[in-house]
Amino acid sequence: MAQTQGFIALHVKRLVWRYCQLAPCVAVLLACYTGTSATLAADDAVPAPVAGAVPAKKSAASKGALPQVAIINEQIRLQWESNNLAPSPQASEGEWCRRAFLDVLGRIPTVDELKRFSDDSGQDRELRLVNRLLGDNYVEVYARNWTTLWTNLLIGRSGGTERRTLVNREGLQQSLRRALERDMPYDRLVFELISAKGVSKPGEENFNGFVNFLAGTLQENGVQATAKTSQIFLGVQIQCTQCHNHPFNDAKQNQFWEMNAFFRQTRALRRFEKGRDVAAIELVNQDFAGENNRPEEAVLFYELRNGLSKAAYPVFVDGTKLASDSGFVADVDRRTELAKLVTGSESLSKAFVNRLWAHFFGYGFTKPADDMGPHNPPSHLELLDTLAGEFKTHSYNVKELMRWILLSEPYGLSSKFIARNKKDDPALGEKPMFSHFYLRQMRPEELYESLLIATEAESTETSYEKQEEIKSKWLDQFTLAFGTDDNEETTTFNGTIPQVLMMMNGELINRATSTAKGSLLQRMATDPKMNNAAKINHLYLAGLARRPTPQEVTLANELMLLRKGDPIAALQDVWWAVLNSNEFILNH
Amino acid sequence: MSFSVVPVGMSRRHFLQHLAAASALAWPATAFANALRGSASDLKKRHKAAILLWMGGGPSTIDIWDLKPGAPTGGPFQAIGTSGSEQICEHLPLVAKQMHHLAIVRSMSTREADHTRGRYYMHTGYVPNPNIEHPGYGTVISHMLAEQTKQLQLEIPPFVAVGGGSVGPGFLGMTYAPFVVNSDGNVRNLKLGIDAQRLSERMQMLASLEKTFVKQDRGQSAQDHANVLEKTVALMTSKQMEAFKINQEKQEVRERYGNGSFGKGCLMARRLVEQGVPFVEVDLGGWDTHANNFKTLSDTKLPELDKAMSALVEDLHQRGRLEDTAIIWMGEFGRTPRINGTSGRDHWARSWSVVLGGAGMKGGIAVGHTSADGTEVESEPYSSQDVLATVCKSLGISLDTTFTSRNGRPMKIANGGKVIKELFA
Repeated sequence: MAQTQGFIALHVKRLVWRYCQLAPCVAVLLACYTGTSATLAADDAVPAPVAGAVPAKKSAASKGALPQVAIINEQIRLQWESNNLAPSPQASEGEWCRRAFLDVLGRIPTVDELKRFSDDSGQDRELRLVNRLLGDNYVEVYARNWTTLWTNLLIGRSGGTERRTLVNREGLQQSLRRALERDMPYDRLVFELISAKGVSKPGEENFNGFVNFLAGTLQENGVQATAKTSQIFLGVQIQCTQCHNHPFNDAKQNQFWEMNAFFRQTRALRRFEKGRDVAAIELVNQDFAGENNRPEEAVLFYELRNGLSKAAYPVFVDGTKLASDSGFVADVDRRTELAKLVTGSESLSKAFVNRLWAHFFGYGFTKPADDMGPHNPPSHLELLDTLAGEFKTHSYNVKELMRWILLSEPYGLSSKFIARNKKDDPALGEKPMFSHFYLRQMRPEELYESLLIATEAESTETSYEKQEEIKSKWLDQFTLAFGTDDNEETTTFNGTIPQVLMMMNGELINRATSTAKGSLLQRMATDPKMNNAAKINHLYLAGLARRPTPQEVTLANELMLLRKGDPIAALQDVWWAVLNSNEFILNH
Repeated sequence: MSFSVVPVGMSRRHFLQHLAAASALAWPATAFANALRGSASDLKKRHKAAILLWMGGGPSTIDIWDLKPGAPTGGPFQAIGTSGSEQICEHLPLVAKQMHHLAIVRSMSTREADHTRGRYYMHTGYVPNPNIEHPGYGTVISHMLAEQTKQLQLEIPPFVAVGGGSVGPGFLGMTYAPFVVNSDGNVRNLKLGIDAQRLSERMQMLASLEKTFVKQDRGQSAQDHANVLEKTVALMTSKQMEAFKINQEKQEVRERYGNGSFGKGCLMARRLVEQGVPFVEVDLGGWDTHANNFKTLSDTKLPELDKAMSALVEDLHQRGRLEDTAIIWMGEFGRTPRINGTSGRDHWARSWSVVLGGAGMKGGIAVGHTSADGTEVESEPYSSQDVLATVCKSLGISLDTTFTSRNGRPMKIANGGKVIKELFA
């Protein structure tokens, strides 16, 4: 493996965009056989692969022969073999395309986008699609989706919406969006978030939206800042160790407070509007006198369970101490030092690879993806380490990492079980082996954007901020707070009744199935070039990325007959059923 | 206020007739047919139920149920006498008059002092485990009382969570997932925009899609969606949804419970239990008082709790429902006896209190006791498992029950907890 890694490290820049000759050890893995590719037709039972040795499949070569893809495929296969699992057949092209759009852009593909993909019969069409999704054409959609994902991760769905909050959600989103549009390398982004100084609100002098990550986390001496920074960027959960040594992992109470010491110079200075409302905050670093009032060696104290006090100075989780424990910012800017330590840490790339893998597969290599450590060994240790190394070698280029995952064999598998991977079901508590794609619900934001795109709605709101505002108002109905000081929250958009009610009767669905002038249904109904079959086809493709089965066509025709005088009503019923189906709402 | 079992108007029966006329692709709905059985028996009066009053954030029980006046850890609150044998906080004067119905368990001793872990543990009786999701109270109890629910012809989901998310159904599946509503009783998007005939035709189209996808064997979530869809249709056409409408209650009744969301939630819980819902959880958050503990308690939390909890217990008793309805008051943990520098108390799981009552559990007493400063339990310690086992016993649920998790592991109900025997003396 060392040889392979060295190869990749040396040649990787050249490999990115084009085919190339591979070192023999990698090329062997890419040996392929040609099979007929599935089409947009509804896929009926695809024969399961023959039992026995897991056969290498065409996916690797036909999706662009990136060496990192080969490594993923090899490592995943090794685990299939040792667990006596066989992979499901490949997903149909419509399924794969829909999946890729959802996971990269946060919405399903349009009929035109699907068609463009299925019309491309050349080799490497998957690579071409992935490059398109990650390229200039979609940069705005991409940035919007990942801004949403990052915002939810950093401050939660309700962050910045509470009364008297210090967090400016829009400010964070603006800075994130700019960074994502420019493909800011991941380590840089993390550095900016941890070390940010400036004003929280857009339009103000000295604006820096990244300050909104920490703005709401500094109460009670920055306990939340400590916990969140460790959990989000390093994949370690130390929040329990605030009060005591961790019950079942190695984390110790001193580690929590030594990490916490990095935040003790940080202050969120409030700027008030008329009355008591906070207009903005300015995140600054100020001298920390220490709890003993000796700023040249600024200490903090924490309490052990037995009531004794202990002292803590800044020490990173890996044991690295600062050159000086001074609390004077002029001597040492503790937060900037922390940002350097985090971005220089081995854990940074591992935690992110794990998180991004979980984004694309529904499960990471550990469960949960942000609780890593000796107490929770990963399902694919070598793969995680290798991908993390590659990610680092590629200057923390997030889109590269996405490309490798998207083009990998496991990402292209059907979500249907076969007899020989029945037991690979992480929903039952098993370690995920990625021998088939795991069904998962769309996120509410994904559903929202997908409905907009599926109904080809002409947006009446042009401003980005206004669009986001309407969306977040709609999202509000699903968010529930737990009433704790760390603003934990949950969602009712989880497959339960409120969600189904929204899909059956909600305002958004009424709009999506509207027959008013200019709506999708009205335009279709009055399009002389479309016959009934074409209309039904269009609706299935728009919603489900496949054509209807003969049985579904029969049923739709019956409905057309029943609504003889009112053909648009029949289309409306079909469309309503498509949008309410499990097949629509589940990323499959 | 009465609820008719056979709906009228745009009724379920009407809707069912349309479905019955449907083609071979009719909704695979055994539940639809079940509802046409004979009317409920006298079970309607005697049915079992439980109401969990969930105090999110971890309430400072040393200031509420187990006061230590005079101790350095005691805080400023005084203890007052109650209709039971025990004293409680002066800021719960109305609850004090109902204490003969309730028992304080002062010897809770647990280990989970993190919100997420504590919430999971107190709801399920199990510590979090990345490989399995355990069912919470609402799921366990509504699952165990399923036969009763069937006989009552309940169309509302058997586990309703008001104002909070509770915990998920775990391996017992989406049928027993919490139905989360807010406390004003308006269930969003309930209104059918189209007539029943058209809905049933749409449902046929949809049924075809659902079935095809489920048959492709892609995993449990496809089937779960189909199941929830079916329950949702039942709900949309149900007359029983009236139970959520607390504005049908007289103004004076609503005022007794209080106009805050917790008061409304408790009133709704009473109505839901009367309708036959076997488990209701009502959320009151904001107990995470790391700072300003005493002012927060005396000015907002305790007055809100006092009105709602006392009215609920009193009403259930007066309406003859308390003897079949278990009440559980608890949060994820208690708070440190030591008062911190900002007049707050931090997370503390080693010694704290919960309150139980109803369903035959003995009221007016305290079980167990803590040391003079509140830092240690000095009697037999009780756990989350023990509380869950005790509640199950009160509802006639057998503690010999063993579930099988989806991956085939046997799971004893209440994680094998022991019954708090003083409550059944």
